[in-house]
Amino acid sequence: MDVLFEPFAFEFFRVGLAVATMAGALCGLIGTYVVLKGMSYIGHGLSHAIFGGFAASALLGVNFFLGAGLWGFASALMIGGVTRRRAIGSDAAIGVITTASFALGLALIKVFGSAGKNPDAYLFGNVLAVERGQIVLVAAVMALAVAVVFFAYRPLLFSTFDPEVAEASGVRTARMDALLMVVLAATILATMNVLGVTLVAASLVIPAVVARMLTDSFSRMLVLSTAVGAVSGFTGMVLSYHLDIPSGPMIVLTGSAFFAAAFLVTSLKRS
Amino acid sequence: MSTTAPLVRLDGVRCRYGHDDVLVDVDLEVPAGQFIGVVGPSGSGKTTLLRAVIGTVKPVSGIVERRPGLRVTYVPQVETVDWNFPVTVAECVLMARVRGRRLPWASRAERQEVTSLLDRLGLGQLGERHIRELSGGQQQRVFVARALLGRPDLLLLDEPTSGVDVRTRHEVLHLLSELNETGLAILLTTHDLNGMAAHLPTLVCLNREVIGAGPPQVVLNTAVLERTYGARMEVLHHGGMPVVVDQYPPVGADVVELRQSAR
Repeated sequence: MDVLFEPFAFEFFRVGLAVATMAGALCGLIGTYVVLKGMSYIGHGLSHAIFGGFAASALLGVNFFLGAGLWGFASALMIGGVTRRRAIGSDAAIGVITTASFALGLALIKVFGSAGKNPDAYLFGNVLAVERGQIVLVAAVMALAVAVVFFAYRPLLFSTFDPEVAEASGVRTARMDALLMVVLAATILATMNVLGVTLVAASLVIPAVVARMLTDSFSRMLVLSTAVGAVSGFTGMVLSYHLDIPSGPMIVLTGSAFFAAAFLVTSLKRS
Repeated sequence: MSTTAPLVRLDGVRCRYGHDDVLVDVDLEVPAGQFIGVVGPSGSGKTTLLRAVIGTVKPVSGIVERRPGLRVTYVPQVETVDWNFPVTVAECVLMARVRGRRLPWASRAERQEVTSLLDRLGLGQLGERHIRELSGGQQQRVFVARALLGRPDLLLLDEPTSGVDVRTRHEVLHLLSELNETGLAILLTTHDLNGMAAHLPTLVCLNREVIGAGPPQVVLNTAVLERTYGARMEVLHHGGMPVVVDQYPPVGADVVELRQSAR
Protein backbone atom coordinates (compact mmCIF):
# COMPACT_ATOMS: atom_id res chain seq x y z
CA MET A 1 0.00 0.00 0.00
CA ASP A 2 2.87 2.32 0.85
CA VAL A 3 4.27 1.80 -2.64
CA LEU A 4 1.00 3.12 -4.07
CA PHE A 5 1.28 6.38 -2.14
CA GLU A 6 5.04 6.67 -2.53
CA PRO A 7 5.01 9.26 -5.37
CA PHE A 8 2.80 11.61 -3.34
CA ALA A 9 5.80 12.28 -1.12
CA PHE A 10 7.50 14.12 -3.99
CA GLU A 11 6.55 17.69 -4.72
CA PHE A 12 7.24 17.38 -8.44
CA PHE A 13 4.71 14.56 -8.54
CA ARG A 14 2.05 16.46 -6.60
CA VAL A 15 2.50 19.42 -8.97
CA GLY A 16 2.37 17.12 -12.01
CA LEU A 17 -0.70 15.36 -10.64
CA ALA A 18 -2.55 18.64 -10.08
CA VAL A 19 -1.64 19.85 -13.58
CA ALA A 20 -2.52 16.51 -15.21
CA THR A 21 -5.92 16.36 -13.48
CA MET A 22 -6.75 19.94 -14.45
CA ALA A 23 -5.37 19.40 -17.96
CA GLY A 24 -7.55 16.30 -18.37
CA ALA A 25 -10.63 18.17 -17.14
CA LEU A 26 -9.85 21.12 -19.42
CA CYS A 27 -9.39 18.88 -22.47
CA GLY A 28 -12.61 17.03 -21.59
CA LEU A 29 -14.56 20.29 -21.35
CA ILE A 30 -13.30 21.82 -24.61
CA GLY A 31 -13.22 18.39 -26.29
CA THR A 32 -17.03 18.26 -26.11
CA TYR A 33 -17.24 21.12 -28.60
CA VAL A 34 -14.29 19.81 -30.63
CA VAL A 35 -16.00 16.43 -31.12
CA LEU A 36 -19.51 17.77 -31.73
CA LYS A 37 -18.30 20.34 -34.25
CA GLY A 38 -16.32 17.64 -36.08
CA MET A 39 -13.10 19.53 -35.29
CA SER A 40 -11.02 16.60 -34.03
CA TYR A 41 -8.60 17.02 -36.89
CA ILE A 42 -8.22 20.73 -36.12
CA GLY A 43 -7.31 19.86 -32.51
CA HIS A 44 -4.77 17.37 -33.77
CA GLY A 45 -3.35 19.84 -36.29
CA LEU A 46 -3.28 22.77 -33.89
CA SER A 47 -1.27 20.83 -31.32
CA HIS A 48 1.30 20.05 -34.01
CA ALA A 49 1.31 23.65 -35.24
CA ILE A 50 2.09 24.91 -31.73
CA PHE A 51 5.24 22.79 -31.71
CA GLY A 52 6.53 25.10 -34.47
CA GLY A 53 5.94 28.00 -32.09
CA PHE A 54 7.87 26.19 -29.36
CA ALA A 55 10.92 25.82 -31.64
CA ALA A 56 10.69 29.38 -32.94
CA SER A 57 10.49 30.84 -29.41
CA ALA A 58 13.51 28.75 -28.36
CA LEU A 59 15.44 30.10 -31.36
CA LEU A 60 14.44 33.74 -30.78
CA GLY A 61 14.85 33.55 -27.00
CA VAL A 62 11.21 34.58 -26.54
CA ASN A 63 9.18 33.32 -23.59
CA PHE A 64 7.89 29.92 -24.65
CA PHE A 65 4.26 30.45 -23.67
CA LEU A 66 4.16 33.87 -25.33
CA GLY A 67 5.86 32.72 -28.55
CA ALA A 68 4.04 29.41 -28.89
CA GLY A 69 0.82 31.12 -27.77
CA LEU A 70 1.02 33.74 -30.51
CA TRP A 71 1.98 31.04 -33.00
CA GLY A 72 -0.96 28.90 -31.88
CA PHE A 73 -3.34 31.86 -31.95
CA ALA A 74 -2.25 32.72 -35.51
CA SER A 75 -2.62 29.07 -36.54
CA ALA A 76 -6.06 28.87 -34.90
CA LEU A 77 -7.24 31.92 -36.79
CA MET A 78 -5.78 30.57 -40.04
CA ILE A 79 -7.46 27.20 -39.48
CA GLY A 80 -10.72 28.90 -38.57
CA GLY A 81 -10.52 31.00 -41.73
CA VAL A 82 -9.69 27.98 -43.87
CA THR A 83 -12.59 25.90 -42.53
CA ARG A 84 -15.01 28.67 -43.46
CA ARG A 85 -13.83 28.57 -47.07
CA ARG A 86 -15.33 25.94 -49.29
CA ALA A 87 -13.07 26.36 -52.29
CA ILE A 88 -10.28 24.38 -50.60
CA GLY A 89 -10.95 21.18 -48.69
CA SER A 90 -10.55 22.22 -45.06
CA ASP A 91 -8.97 18.93 -43.97
CA ALA A 92 -6.34 19.25 -46.68
CA ALA A 93 -5.65 22.90 -45.83
CA ILE A 94 -5.33 22.10 -42.11
CA GLY A 95 -2.99 19.25 -42.98
CA VAL A 96 -0.77 21.61 -44.96
CA ILE A 97 -0.66 24.48 -42.43
CA THR A 98 -0.18 22.44 -39.28
CA THR A 99 2.17 19.72 -40.51
CA ALA A 100 4.30 22.39 -42.18
CA SER A 101 4.49 24.18 -38.84
CA PHE A 102 5.39 20.92 -37.05
CA ALA A 103 8.05 20.12 -39.66
CA LEU A 104 9.46 23.63 -39.34
CA GLY A 105 9.67 23.13 -35.57
CA LEU A 106 11.60 19.86 -35.97
CA ALA A 107 13.96 21.44 -38.54
CA LEU A 108 14.63 24.49 -36.32
CA ILE A 109 15.44 22.30 -33.32
CA LYS A 110 17.75 20.11 -35.41
CA VAL A 111 19.68 23.12 -36.76
CA PHE A 112 19.61 25.59 -33.84
CA GLY A 113 18.85 23.39 -30.82
CA SER A 114 16.09 23.98 -28.29
CA ALA A 115 17.80 26.42 -25.89
CA GLY A 116 17.91 23.99 -23.00
CA LYS A 117 14.26 22.90 -23.34
CA ASN A 118 13.58 19.21 -23.79
CA PRO A 119 11.64 18.74 -27.06
CA ASP A 120 10.69 15.17 -26.10
CA ALA A 121 8.75 16.53 -23.13
CA TYR A 122 6.68 18.65 -25.50
CA LEU A 123 6.27 15.81 -27.96
CA PHE A 124 5.23 13.05 -25.54
CA GLY A 125 4.64 14.74 -22.18
CA ASN A 126 6.89 14.41 -19.14
CA VAL A 127 5.99 14.83 -15.50
CA LEU A 128 9.53 16.04 -14.74
CA ALA A 129 9.11 18.95 -17.18
CA VAL A 130 6.12 20.29 -15.26
CA GLU A 131 6.99 23.37 -13.22
CA ARG A 132 5.10 24.77 -10.26
CA GLY A 133 4.11 27.89 -12.19
CA GLN A 134 2.28 25.72 -14.65
CA ILE A 135 -0.43 25.03 -12.09
CA VAL A 136 -1.28 28.73 -12.32
CA LEU A 137 -1.22 28.64 -16.14
CA VAL A 138 -3.49 25.58 -16.44
CA ALA A 139 -5.79 26.97 -13.72
CA ALA A 140 -6.00 30.30 -15.59
CA VAL A 141 -6.86 28.59 -18.89
CA MET A 142 -9.35 26.38 -17.04
CA ALA A 143 -10.98 29.50 -15.55
CA LEU A 144 -11.11 31.09 -19.03
CA ALA A 145 -12.65 27.94 -20.56
CA VAL A 146 -15.24 27.60 -17.78
CA ALA A 147 -16.13 31.30 -18.06
CA VAL A 148 -16.58 31.03 -21.84
CA VAL A 149 -18.68 27.85 -21.57
CA PHE A 150 -20.71 29.29 -18.67
CA PHE A 151 -21.49 32.73 -20.04
CA ALA A 152 -21.79 31.75 -23.71
CA TYR A 153 -23.47 28.39 -23.04
CA ARG A 154 -26.58 28.87 -25.19
CA PRO A 155 -25.00 30.71 -28.16
CA LEU A 156 -22.15 28.15 -28.19
CA LEU A 157 -24.58 25.23 -28.07
CA PHE A 158 -26.82 26.80 -30.75
CA SER A 159 -23.92 27.55 -33.11
CA THR A 160 -22.46 24.07 -32.55
CA PHE A 161 -25.75 22.30 -33.25
CA ASP A 162 -27.29 24.48 -35.94
CA PRO A 163 -25.00 27.30 -37.12
CA GLU A 164 -27.27 28.61 -39.87
CA VAL A 165 -30.35 28.98 -37.68
CA ALA A 166 -28.19 30.32 -34.85
CA GLU A 167 -26.88 33.03 -37.19
CA ALA A 168 -30.45 33.81 -38.27
CA SER A 169 -31.45 34.05 -34.59
CA GLY A 170 -28.83 36.70 -33.86
CA VAL A 171 -25.90 34.52 -32.69
CA ARG A 172 -22.60 35.74 -34.11
CA THR A 173 -21.40 32.30 -35.10
CA ALA A 174 -18.07 33.50 -36.55
CA ARG A 175 -17.31 35.15 -33.21
CA MET A 176 -18.28 31.97 -31.34
CA ASP A 177 -16.02 29.89 -33.62
CA ALA A 178 -13.10 32.29 -33.08
CA LEU A 179 -13.66 32.25 -29.31
CA LEU A 180 -13.62 28.45 -29.30
CA MET A 181 -10.44 28.37 -31.37
CA VAL A 182 -8.70 30.75 -28.97
CA VAL A 183 -9.69 28.62 -25.96
CA LEU A 184 -8.63 25.47 -27.84
CA ALA A 185 -5.22 26.96 -28.67
CA ALA A 186 -4.78 28.07 -25.03
CA THR A 187 -5.77 24.58 -23.84
CA ILE A 188 -3.22 22.86 -26.07
CA LEU A 189 -0.53 25.34 -25.07
CA ALA A 190 -1.15 24.90 -21.35
CA THR A 191 -1.29 21.10 -21.47
CA MET A 192 1.63 20.42 -23.85
CA ASN A 193 4.12 19.61 -21.06
CA VAL A 194 1.91 16.96 -19.51
CA LEU A 195 0.23 15.41 -22.52
CA GLY A 196 2.66 16.09 -25.36
CA VAL A 197 1.70 17.59 -28.74
CA THR A 198 1.34 14.19 -30.37
CA LEU A 199 -1.24 13.08 -27.79
CA VAL A 200 -3.17 16.25 -26.91
CA ALA A 201 -5.69 15.53 -29.67
CA ALA A 202 -6.51 12.15 -28.11
CA SER A 203 -7.10 13.82 -24.72
CA LEU A 204 -9.48 16.24 -26.43
CA VAL A 205 -11.41 13.53 -28.22
CA ILE A 206 -11.54 10.45 -25.95
CA PRO A 207 -13.34 11.89 -22.86
CA ALA A 208 -15.95 13.56 -25.09
CA VAL A 209 -16.55 10.33 -27.03
CA VAL A 210 -16.87 8.34 -23.79
CA ALA A 211 -19.36 10.91 -22.46
CA ARG A 212 -21.30 10.88 -25.73
CA MET A 213 -21.73 7.12 -25.45
CA LEU A 214 -23.13 7.49 -21.94
CA THR A 215 -25.66 10.29 -22.43
CA ASP A 216 -27.99 11.89 -24.98
CA SER A 217 -28.07 15.24 -23.18
CA PHE A 218 -25.65 18.03 -24.06
CA SER A 219 -25.36 19.45 -20.53
CA ARG A 220 -24.71 16.00 -19.05
CA MET A 221 -22.16 15.27 -21.78
CA LEU A 222 -20.29 18.45 -20.89
CA VAL A 223 -20.08 17.45 -17.20
CA LEU A 224 -19.29 13.77 -17.90
CA SER A 225 -16.58 14.60 -20.43
CA THR A 226 -14.90 16.97 -17.97
CA ALA A 227 -15.06 14.30 -15.23
CA VAL A 228 -13.71 11.52 -17.49
CA GLY A 229 -10.86 13.82 -18.56
CA ALA A 230 -9.99 14.67 -14.94
CA VAL A 231 -10.06 11.03 -13.80
CA SER A 232 -7.98 9.98 -16.84
CA GLY A 233 -5.43 12.68 -16.03
CA PHE A 234 -5.20 11.70 -12.35
CA THR A 235 -5.09 7.94 -12.91
CA GLY A 236 -2.79 8.20 -15.92
CA MET A 237 -0.33 10.30 -13.95
CA VAL A 238 -0.21 7.82 -11.06
CA LEU A 239 0.25 4.90 -13.47
CA SER A 240 2.88 6.90 -15.36
CA TYR A 241 5.02 7.04 -12.18
CA HIS A 242 4.59 3.39 -11.24
CA LEU A 243 5.07 1.96 -14.74
CA ASP A 244 7.80 4.44 -15.72
CA ILE A 245 6.00 5.44 -18.91
CA PRO A 246 5.73 9.10 -20.06
CA SER A 247 2.62 10.85 -18.69
CA GLY A 248 1.08 11.65 -22.11
CA PRO A 249 0.79 8.05 -23.35
CA MET A 250 -0.38 6.83 -19.93
CA ILE A 251 -3.16 9.44 -19.69
CA VAL A 252 -4.31 8.60 -23.21
CA LEU A 253 -4.20 4.85 -22.45
CA THR A 254 -6.30 5.40 -19.33
CA GLY A 255 -8.84 7.37 -21.37
CA SER A 256 -8.81 4.57 -23.95
CA ALA A 257 -9.61 2.05 -21.20
CA PHE A 258 -12.64 4.19 -20.23
CA PHE A 259 -13.61 4.24 -23.90
CA ALA A 260 -13.39 0.44 -24.16
CA ALA A 261 -15.44 0.02 -20.96
CA ALA A 262 -18.12 2.50 -22.10
CA PHE A 263 -18.24 0.87 -25.53
CA LEU A 264 -18.68 -2.57 -23.99
CA VAL A 265 -21.35 -1.47 -21.49
CA THR A 266 -23.40 0.48 -24.04
CA SER A 267 -23.11 -2.35 -26.59
CA LEU A 268 -24.35 -4.88 -24.02
CA LYS A 269 -27.24 -2.54 -23.09
CA ARG A 270 -28.25 -2.23 -26.73
CA SER A 271 -28.19 -5.96 -27.32
CA MET B 1 -43.61 53.18 -41.32
CA SER B 2 -47.23 52.25 -40.48
CA THR B 3 -48.20 48.95 -38.88
CA THR B 4 -50.09 48.02 -42.08
CA ALA B 5 -46.81 48.01 -43.98
CA PRO B 6 -45.64 44.54 -45.02
CA LEU B 7 -43.46 42.64 -42.58
CA VAL B 8 -40.90 42.09 -45.30
CA ARG B 9 -40.56 43.60 -48.74
CA LEU B 10 -38.13 42.40 -51.40
CA ASP B 11 -37.62 44.87 -54.21
CA GLY B 12 -35.60 43.83 -57.27
CA VAL B 13 -33.52 41.39 -55.25
CA ARG B 14 -30.69 39.63 -57.03
CA CYS B 15 -28.62 37.01 -55.17
CA ARG B 16 -25.56 35.26 -56.51
CA TYR B 17 -23.34 32.34 -55.44
CA GLY B 18 -20.00 32.84 -57.17
CA HIS B 19 -20.80 33.86 -60.73
CA ASP B 20 -24.24 32.23 -60.81
CA ASP B 21 -27.41 34.23 -60.25
CA VAL B 22 -29.73 32.33 -57.93
CA LEU B 23 -32.40 35.01 -57.65
CA VAL B 24 -33.04 37.63 -60.31
CA ASP B 25 -35.13 40.77 -59.77
CA VAL B 26 -37.37 39.21 -57.15
CA ASP B 27 -40.20 41.39 -55.87
CA LEU B 28 -42.18 40.00 -52.95
CA GLU B 29 -44.21 41.33 -50.05
CA VAL B 30 -45.11 39.39 -46.90
CA PRO B 31 -48.01 41.18 -45.18
CA ALA B 32 -48.76 40.61 -41.49
CA GLY B 33 -50.72 37.42 -40.80
CA GLN B 34 -50.24 36.01 -44.29
CA PHE B 35 -49.52 32.36 -45.07
CA ILE B 36 -47.40 32.07 -48.21
CA GLY B 37 -45.91 29.03 -49.88
CA VAL B 38 -43.01 29.21 -52.33
CA VAL B 39 -42.84 26.44 -54.93
CA GLY B 40 -40.30 25.74 -57.62
CA PRO B 41 -37.90 23.07 -58.87
CA SER B 42 -34.64 22.15 -57.13
CA GLY B 43 -32.11 24.96 -57.51
CA SER B 44 -34.82 27.54 -58.20
CA GLY B 45 -33.70 29.74 -55.29
CA LYS B 46 -36.37 28.87 -52.70
CA THR B 47 -33.96 28.41 -49.80
CA THR B 48 -31.93 31.42 -50.92
CA LEU B 49 -35.13 33.49 -50.84
CA LEU B 50 -35.66 32.49 -47.18
CA ARG B 51 -32.01 33.22 -46.41
CA ALA B 52 -32.35 36.66 -47.99
CA VAL B 53 -35.40 37.34 -45.79
CA ILE B 54 -33.55 36.36 -42.58
CA GLY B 55 -30.43 38.17 -43.71
CA THR B 56 -27.87 35.34 -43.88
CA VAL B 57 -27.59 35.89 -47.65
CA LYS B 58 -26.95 39.46 -48.77
CA PRO B 59 -28.37 40.47 -52.17
CA VAL B 60 -25.87 41.83 -54.71
CA SER B 61 -28.55 44.30 -55.77
CA GLY B 62 -32.08 45.23 -54.74
CA ILE B 63 -33.50 45.82 -51.29
CA VAL B 64 -34.74 43.55 -48.51
CA GLU B 65 -36.77 45.77 -46.22
CA ARG B 66 -37.90 44.43 -42.84
CA ARG B 67 -40.38 46.22 -40.62
CA PRO B 68 -38.44 47.79 -37.72
CA GLY B 69 -38.39 45.47 -34.69
CA LEU B 70 -39.57 42.53 -36.78
CA ARG B 71 -38.89 39.13 -35.20
CA VAL B 72 -38.23 36.43 -37.77
CA THR B 73 -37.44 32.82 -36.87
CA TYR B 74 -36.43 29.97 -39.12
CA VAL B 75 -37.10 26.24 -39.18
CA PRO B 76 -34.50 24.45 -41.34
CA GLN B 77 -35.02 21.34 -43.43
CA VAL B 78 -35.00 18.33 -41.10
CA GLU B 79 -32.58 16.62 -43.51
CA THR B 80 -29.93 19.14 -42.43
CA VAL B 81 -30.30 18.29 -38.72
CA ASP B 82 -27.59 16.20 -37.04
CA TRP B 83 -29.79 13.59 -35.36
CA ASN B 84 -26.84 12.14 -33.44
CA PHE B 85 -26.16 15.43 -31.68
CA PRO B 86 -26.69 14.92 -27.93
CA VAL B 87 -29.62 17.18 -27.29
CA THR B 88 -32.96 16.55 -25.59
CA VAL B 89 -36.20 18.12 -26.77
CA ALA B 90 -36.16 20.70 -23.95
CA GLU B 91 -32.48 21.57 -24.59
CA CYS B 92 -33.18 21.94 -28.30
CA VAL B 93 -36.04 24.36 -27.72
CA LEU B 94 -34.30 26.37 -25.02
CA MET B 95 -31.08 26.93 -27.00
CA ALA B 96 -32.96 29.52 -29.07
CA ARG B 97 -33.28 31.81 -26.03
CA VAL B 98 -29.94 33.50 -26.68
CA ARG B 99 -30.81 37.00 -25.53
CA GLY B 100 -31.17 38.16 -21.97
CA ARG B 101 -30.26 35.44 -19.47
CA ARG B 102 -26.61 34.36 -19.69
CA LEU B 103 -26.68 31.44 -17.27
CA PRO B 104 -26.61 27.92 -18.77
CA TRP B 105 -29.61 26.59 -16.87
CA ALA B 106 -33.17 27.74 -17.50
CA SER B 107 -34.92 30.11 -15.12
CA ARG B 108 -38.24 29.04 -13.62
CA ALA B 109 -40.07 31.35 -16.05
CA GLU B 110 -38.17 29.87 -19.00
CA ARG B 111 -38.93 26.31 -17.87
CA GLN B 112 -42.63 27.19 -17.62
CA GLU B 113 -42.54 28.83 -21.05
CA VAL B 114 -40.89 25.78 -22.66
CA THR B 115 -43.30 23.41 -20.88
CA SER B 116 -46.35 25.34 -22.00
CA LEU B 117 -44.98 25.59 -25.56
CA LEU B 118 -44.33 21.83 -25.68
CA ASP B 119 -47.81 21.18 -24.26
CA ARG B 120 -49.34 23.43 -26.88
CA LEU B 121 -47.59 21.51 -29.65
CA GLY B 122 -48.46 18.09 -28.21
CA LEU B 123 -44.94 17.36 -26.98
CA GLY B 124 -45.68 17.81 -23.28
CA GLN B 125 -44.19 14.57 -21.97
CA LEU B 126 -41.22 14.46 -24.33
CA GLY B 127 -38.96 17.18 -22.92
CA GLU B 128 -36.29 14.74 -21.67
CA ARG B 129 -36.33 12.54 -24.78
CA HIS B 130 -33.54 12.71 -27.35
CA ILE B 131 -34.69 14.36 -30.60
CA ARG B 132 -33.85 11.21 -32.61
CA GLU B 133 -36.37 9.19 -30.60
CA LEU B 134 -39.36 11.16 -31.94
CA SER B 135 -41.60 10.55 -34.94
CA GLY B 136 -41.19 12.70 -38.07
CA GLY B 137 -44.12 14.96 -37.12
CA GLN B 138 -42.87 15.35 -33.55
CA GLN B 139 -39.37 16.22 -34.78
CA GLN B 140 -40.78 18.93 -37.03
CA ARG B 141 -42.82 20.28 -34.10
CA VAL B 142 -39.72 20.46 -31.89
CA PHE B 143 -38.09 22.81 -34.37
CA VAL B 144 -41.29 24.81 -34.71
CA ALA B 145 -41.34 25.07 -30.89
CA ARG B 146 -37.75 26.30 -30.91
CA ALA B 147 -38.72 28.94 -33.49
CA LEU B 148 -41.82 29.96 -31.50
CA LEU B 149 -39.74 30.50 -28.36
CA GLY B 150 -38.36 33.56 -30.16
CA ARG B 151 -41.95 34.93 -30.24
CA PRO B 152 -41.77 35.66 -33.97
CA ASP B 153 -43.96 37.89 -36.12
CA LEU B 154 -42.86 35.87 -39.15
CA LEU B 155 -42.05 32.16 -39.20
CA LEU B 156 -39.98 30.78 -42.08
CA LEU B 157 -39.90 27.05 -42.82
CA ASP B 158 -37.73 25.32 -45.40
CA GLU B 159 -39.47 22.24 -46.84
CA PRO B 160 -41.36 21.37 -43.63
CA THR B 161 -42.97 18.28 -45.19
CA SER B 162 -40.01 16.98 -47.15
CA GLY B 163 -39.66 13.22 -46.82
CA VAL B 164 -42.59 12.75 -44.42
CA ASP B 165 -45.61 10.47 -44.76
CA VAL B 166 -49.15 11.68 -45.48
CA ARG B 167 -50.25 11.62 -41.84
CA THR B 168 -47.24 13.68 -40.73
CA ARG B 169 -47.86 16.11 -43.57
CA HIS B 170 -51.43 16.58 -42.37
CA GLU B 171 -50.17 17.12 -38.80
CA VAL B 172 -47.68 19.77 -39.93
CA LEU B 173 -50.21 21.53 -42.16
CA HIS B 174 -52.79 21.53 -39.36
CA LEU B 175 -50.27 22.93 -36.86
CA LEU B 176 -49.17 25.70 -39.21
CA SER B 177 -52.80 26.63 -40.02
CA GLU B 178 -53.51 26.92 -36.28
CA LEU B 179 -50.46 29.11 -35.75
CA ASN B 180 -51.44 31.29 -38.71
CA GLU B 181 -54.93 31.70 -37.24
CA THR B 182 -53.33 33.24 -34.13
CA GLY B 183 -51.92 35.99 -36.39
CA LEU B 184 -48.47 34.55 -37.07
CA ALA B 185 -47.27 35.20 -40.63
CA ILE B 186 -45.75 32.15 -42.31
CA LEU B 187 -43.51 31.86 -45.35
CA LEU B 188 -42.53 28.33 -46.33
CA THR B 189 -40.98 26.51 -49.25
CA THR B 190 -42.29 23.22 -50.54
CA HIS B 191 -41.87 20.75 -53.38
CA ASP B 192 -45.24 19.23 -52.66
CA LEU B 193 -47.71 20.87 -55.05
CA ASN B 194 -50.79 18.79 -54.22
CA GLY B 195 -50.23 17.77 -50.61
CA MET B 196 -49.05 21.16 -49.36
CA ALA B 197 -49.03 24.06 -51.83
CA ALA B 198 -52.59 23.63 -53.07
CA HIS B 199 -53.86 23.94 -49.47
CA LEU B 200 -52.20 27.31 -48.80
CA PRO B 201 -53.95 30.65 -49.23
CA THR B 202 -51.15 32.22 -51.30
CA LEU B 203 -48.49 30.73 -53.55
CA VAL B 204 -45.37 32.10 -55.19
CA CYS B 205 -44.00 30.15 -58.16
CA LEU B 206 -40.26 30.72 -58.32
CA ASN B 207 -37.57 29.76 -60.75
CA ARG B 208 -34.80 32.28 -60.03
CA GLU B 209 -37.48 34.92 -60.74
CA VAL B 210 -41.09 35.12 -59.62
CA ILE B 211 -43.16 33.46 -62.34
CA GLY B 212 -46.53 33.88 -60.65
CA ALA B 213 -48.06 34.80 -57.31
CA GLY B 214 -51.58 34.55 -55.92
CA PRO B 215 -54.12 31.98 -54.69
CA PRO B 216 -53.42 28.38 -55.83
CA GLN B 217 -56.63 28.35 -57.91
CA VAL B 218 -55.18 31.18 -59.98
CA VAL B 219 -51.45 30.43 -59.97
CA LEU B 220 -51.52 26.68 -60.51
CA ASN B 221 -52.18 26.63 -64.24
CA THR B 222 -50.35 24.87 -67.05
CA ALA B 223 -48.63 27.99 -68.39
CA VAL B 224 -47.19 29.11 -65.03
CA LEU B 225 -46.20 25.56 -64.05
CA GLU B 226 -44.45 24.95 -67.37
CA ARG B 227 -42.48 28.18 -67.00
CA THR B 228 -41.65 27.34 -63.39
CA TYR B 229 -40.68 23.69 -63.77
CA GLY B 230 -39.77 23.50 -67.47
CA ALA B 231 -42.05 20.46 -67.75
CA ARG B 232 -45.56 19.95 -69.01
CA MET B 233 -48.19 19.48 -66.32
CA GLU B 234 -51.94 19.24 -66.38
CA VAL B 235 -54.15 20.87 -63.76
CA LEU B 236 -57.37 19.11 -62.77
CA HIS B 237 -59.86 20.33 -60.21
CA HIS B 238 -61.20 18.29 -57.34
CA GLY B 239 -63.54 19.70 -54.70
CA GLY B 240 -62.63 23.26 -55.74
CA MET B 241 -58.91 22.59 -55.35
CA PRO B 242 -56.36 22.34 -58.15
CA VAL B 243 -54.64 18.98 -58.59
CA VAL B 244 -51.43 18.97 -60.62
CA VAL B 245 -50.74 15.90 -62.76
CA ASP B 246 -47.53 15.15 -64.66
CA GLN B 247 -47.98 14.89 -68.41
CA TYR B 248 -45.49 12.07 -68.66
CA PRO B 249 -46.43 8.74 -70.21
CA PRO B 250 -46.41 5.71 -67.94
CA VAL B 251 -42.90 4.31 -67.51
CA GLY B 252 -42.28 1.67 -70.19
CA ALA B 253 -44.78 3.12 -72.69
CA ASP B 254 -42.02 4.86 -74.65
CA VAL B 255 -40.04 1.61 -74.70
CA VAL B 256 -43.02 -0.19 -76.25
CA GLU B 257 -43.32 2.61 -78.82
CA LEU B 258 -39.61 2.33 -79.66
CA ARG B 259 -39.85 -1.45 -80.08
CA GLN B 260 -42.88 -1.08 -82.35
CA SER B 261 -41.17 1.54 -84.50
CA ALA B 262 -38.04 -0.65 -84.69
CA ARG B 263 -40.14 -3.45 -86.22
